[in-house]
Amino acid sequence: MKNLLLALLVVALIVLHQDFWYWRTASPLVLGFLPIGLFYHACFTVAVSLLMWLLVKTAWPAHLEAEAEADDSSIKTIEEGEAR
Amino acid sequence: MIPTIVVFLYLGVVLYIGIFAFRKSAGRTRAEEYFLASRSLGPFVFLLSLFGTNMTAFAILGSSGHAFSNGIVTYGLMASSSALIIPLSLFFIGTRIWALGRKYGFMTPVQMFRDRWECSHIGTVIFFVQAALLVPYIIIGVMGGGTALYAISGGRIPYWLGGAVVAMVVMSYVFFGGMRGTAMVNTFQSSLFLLFGAIALVVIGTGMGGFSSAIESLNNPSTGYLLTRERFSPTAFLSYMFIPLSSIAFPHIAIFCLTARKMSQFKRTVIFYPLCMVALWVPCVFLGVAANSVKESPQIEAKLQARAQLAAEGPRLQPQERDELRRKAGGDDVLLLLLERYAPLWLAGILGAGVLAAVMASDSQILALSTMFAEDFFAFYGGKQRFGERVQVQTGRIFVVVLTVVAYAIALRVPESIFALATQYAFSGYAALTPLLVAALFWKRSTRWGALASTLWAASAVVAVAVFQSLVPPQPSPVWSIGGIEILARGPAGTTVFGFLPVVPMTIISAVLMVVVSLMTRGPSRATVARYFPDERRSE
Repeated sequence: MKNLLLALLVVALIVLHQDFWYWRTASPLVLGFLPIGLFYHACFTVAVSLLMWLLVKTAWPAHLEAEAEADDSSIKTIEEGEAR
Repeated sequence: MIPTIVVFLYLGVVLYIGIFAFRKSAGRTRAEEYFLASRSLGPFVFLLSLFGTNMTAFAILGSSGHAFSNGIVTYGLMASSSALIIPLSLFFIGTRIWALGRKYGFMTPVQMFRDRWECSHIGTVIFFVQAALLVPYIIIGVMGGGTALYAISGGRIPYWLGGAVVAMVVMSYVFFGGMRGTAMVNTFQSSLFLLFGAIALVVIGTGMGGFSSAIESLNNPSTGYLLTRERFSPTAFLSYMFIPLSSIAFPHIAIFCLTARKMSQFKRTVIFYPLCMVALWVPCVFLGVAANSVKESPQIEAKLQARAQLAAEGPRLQPQERDELRRKAGGDDVLLLLLERYAPLWLAGILGAGVLAAVMASDSQILALSTMFAEDFFAFYGGKQRFGERVQVQTGRIFVVVLTVVAYAIALRVPESIFALATQYAFSGYAALTPLLVAALFWKRSTRWGALASTLWAASAVVAVAVFQSLVPPQPSPVWSIGGIEILARGPAGTTVFGFLPVVPMTIISAVLMVVVSLMTRGPSRATVARYFPDERRSE
């Protein structure tokens, strides 16, 4: 369930990137000079950072690191044994 | 003169960092030290160096140049799409590449492919295709160096000399410092060009008397398209989302994933990467757009006139005249012209160094090709066994020199816009190679023949698009349509297939070929599959 929700969030951001609703308008100019389309995509990029934070917190593939380090330490043990 | 001196001081600092890294690794002659910095990079260096590696000449010069001609659409096309796709690909693919590299000692993607699919010569084919697609990317760096030094020096340093100086500096610190030197230089450079965006925005904004009047002056029927995306089709916009897929498939990024000391270093990288994109790209794109309102710069005025003439007389002009006008209207140096006009001389020099910092990101590509040559070719065909690891590292260094000289020679002869060259060739080709990584890491049924089919398709599609674009001039109507449905078109910006950029069909067909050919052929042994999918081994 958790993975499905995260996948839906990723898909939602892909959809939100195609912001056809601001396609033909520059207004309003945010802060008096920033066209809305550019401001929207800057905000979108910050939202991506939040998504990545959520993925790291809830779906980090820790098993990969554990496996790699387990193999790494077993290799080192073998090397140390050979050295002795 | 002052900006030129500041920029040369900067080049000296960069060179010193490379030599410092060389001294730091003195006595360590192992290939893993030279090519991967002994897999020991910390989190700060990993983030900034990876970001700097992805930001080539096009990130600053190309982005502001593209925004100058096309408007704010540039940010959505390249920055926000990259900010989503690149961290996701690092999260799902980069971490797995790191883990496999740590487990089995891989130093290149081809080594992993050879082991994963139990193939040797097919791995060599992948090596050649990857190498051929990486060369244009390296040329971009040399071209950017020539353009940047020419503009910063006010034309005193000719393009050929600027390109040569930048190529020489990059070659030197890659030659001596290897991955450790390249990562340290990239970290320094990334810090510099992240500061560059904010400073440039404030300085140029102040010089222009604020941006409100500049943007308001563009908000009219003739230039209003620069503030919207009305001249860009949604299908082409969507196509650009496929291009950042190329990032993780680029050998220099995949190889860089192997340099992290711990996998947890990917955590900060994927979170902060999008924020770095905002900090660099928003100012560059915005300034590129705002440059259209500048009336005080004769060079920018000449560009606007060339664009207006092209729009008014384009269809009636000879192809050579059109090309010449496009060259004149090109905006790759527009940011430098703004700095020249509005920044104090010393600051223009520092900011010019920031531009060069992005330009010099080609160092990682040069090192990656050298790593691939030394590992996938020299070592694989017995060179390491016969001559030893020290000779292998020296061979890699010689390769760095040869590659830089060849890239420089080509850069002098190819009059193509930085942005167009990057997107049309290298990026699309690598995006079409992404299915190889996905299949190798996530699909145990994938086979070497599927990998070969995808690779050959990616290579032939890149060649086909290049030949098509050189033979068929831009046309107002589709080249091929059936029943009113546009299938193939050739516009001034490039080729489209069903309205999409070629990267879309290239990537989709590559993935289909991987699946279909894999299902038709025999996969690797159960023992090999079990090494890559241990969870399934346990469940069996």
